[in-house]
Amino acid sequence: MLRNRTTLRDLASTIRSKNAGVDHITFDVIFKDRTAFERVRESGVLSPETVAALYRIPRERITDFVVFEPANAIKFTLRRARPSGSPGESDVFGSQHYAPLFEVEVP
Amino acid sequence: MTAVTILCPTGHLGFTPFEKASFLAGCEHAPDFIVADSGSCDIGPYPLGADSQASPPAWQRHDLEAMLLAARRLGVPMIVGSASDTGTDRGVEQFAAMIRDIAAEHGLAPFRLATIKSEQTREFLQARLAAGTPIKGLDGRADADAALLSRTDRIVAVMDAEPIAAALREGAEVVIAGRASDCALFAAPLLNAGLSPATAYYAGKLMECASFCCEPFMGKESILGRIAEDDIRITALHPGQRCTPASLAGHAMYERRNPFYEHVVSGTVDMRDCRYEAVDERTARASGARFIPAVTPMVKLEGAGKVGERRLAVVGIRDPYVIENIDAAIAWARARLAERFGAPDAAGWSVHYHLFGRNGVMGELEPSPPAHPHELGIVVETVCRDAARAEEICALAARNLFYARLPEVKGTAGAAALMADEILIGKPGYEWTLNHVMPVRDACELFRTEFHLVDGRARRAA
Repeated sequence: MLRNRTTLRDLASTIRSKNAGVDHITFDVIFKDRTAFERVRESGVLSPETVAALYRIPRERITDFVVFEPANAIKFTLRRARPSGSPGESDVFGSQHYAPLFEVEVP
Repeated sequence: MTAVTILCPTGHLGFTPFEKASFLAGCEHAPDFIVADSGSCDIGPYPLGADSQASPPAWQRHDLEAMLLAARRLGVPMIVGSASDTGTDRGVEQFAAMIRDIAAEHGLAPFRLATIKSEQTREFLQARLAAGTPIKGLDGRADADAALLSRTDRIVAVMDAEPIAAALREGAEVVIAGRASDCALFAAPLLNAGLSPATAYYAGKLMECASFCCEPFMGKESILGRIAEDDIRITALHPGQRCTPASLAGHAMYERRNPFYEHVVSGTVDMRDCRYEAVDERTARASGARFIPAVTPMVKLEGAGKVGERRLAVVGIRDPYVIENIDAAIAWARARLAERFGAPDAAGWSVHYHLFGRNGVMGELEPSPPAHPHELGIVVETVCRDAARAEEICALAARNLFYARLPEVKGTAGAAALMADEILIGKPGYEWTLNHVMPVRDACELFRTEFHLVDGRARRAA
């Protein structure tokens, strides 16, 4: 049976991750329009607590969480386990860490 | 009101060759300055630590040549920062040599080149530290101490607009700068034109990645900025792109923890009340930045240190039983390695098993590793100070998966597929040791400017 669910993938025009300096990865979720942006903002599905839970890290590793109205965007930043490009690291630009956000359900 | 126009062809000169058509279209607007950044921390610590480069020289030359020929034809200054990916002295000298070669090849009339070096020695920083100057950790890092400096191989200080602005005031027509903050390259000529630091740095922040502030997504296309006090207008120059309030605001938060503040040597740009509006089909306008001067100027330091020699092997696994028990197989392999080479930390080696197909991309941050992947691609990464030992450890780390002892394994001829039974020589492993700031007396203190007359006609005649 098809489930009638809405996810961030449906509502956002851009979902990306990228280094913010050498110690952090920052995530941008930019919405298609004001309505979608406000719907997600009001729903509370994106918060420091929910994204920490999604990536299974302590809340303290979410160093920044910003609602950026001029871009209809929600943005958060997490601290890397080790600096980008160190031995053992697997995403030197931090550019493929956004995928888990796609399936976040929005009521 | 003063308005300055700046043409920016690329967000990272040389990383891939920029697109000439939109750049030449931008030259038709007779810009006052042509500006591009050439470096980034995003490429990892290796190029800085090993004093190497990430961009092929041919592409660097392509970009420099297009910029130099246009700048000399238009008679306007050209500014390039973070020369050759890292902004070390090597990078500055390499780009200065390319500028001379291009000038000679094209017989360019004499012009004044300024080089600004930003590399710092470990000894100099040790002395500052010993004299009581703090080197403060950024992003939650501890402050630097002598031990941290001693495991740092190469250090650059990140200049802001001041040394570049000074070089332009002294008549530089081409500026090749060492490590510089991206926005400083744009801010320098704007400050010289009398614009406020708020407008100057904010314009630089918006323009530094060229066409990334436009839509749809396209890299390496030129943009034109027309900047007056508190009135920054950015125009897309590729016919298929537009700069819109949404694209400009979206870019304002790119690659940064916080879209509201930008820290520079002399203060902080406060962007909390910035506004973005449409001007025409391809142009958007930004305004509303403020500037909070710093009490003490703080210069950022970047440093990288070598961890060890690196070796890699590629191993595949298809047996569902082995896949299901891969953690046990790896634990067994690690135990055998420790028996032979000693405990990793004490003996100075490390092995990383990257499990592509399970969590190879995101590692510990992967929220939903599949329970039963069809196959696993394992990259075995080994680091050790001694190259021969790194090779030996990597070979055993990979082959131990092949010989993994699992109680019910049926494939008794080998528990893994070796893509090739070979050990690949990786570039040495480095780590970012310095991501710090240090107080200075003035913003130019750590940077060394030299002027050179480049006469392409004389060189060609010779």
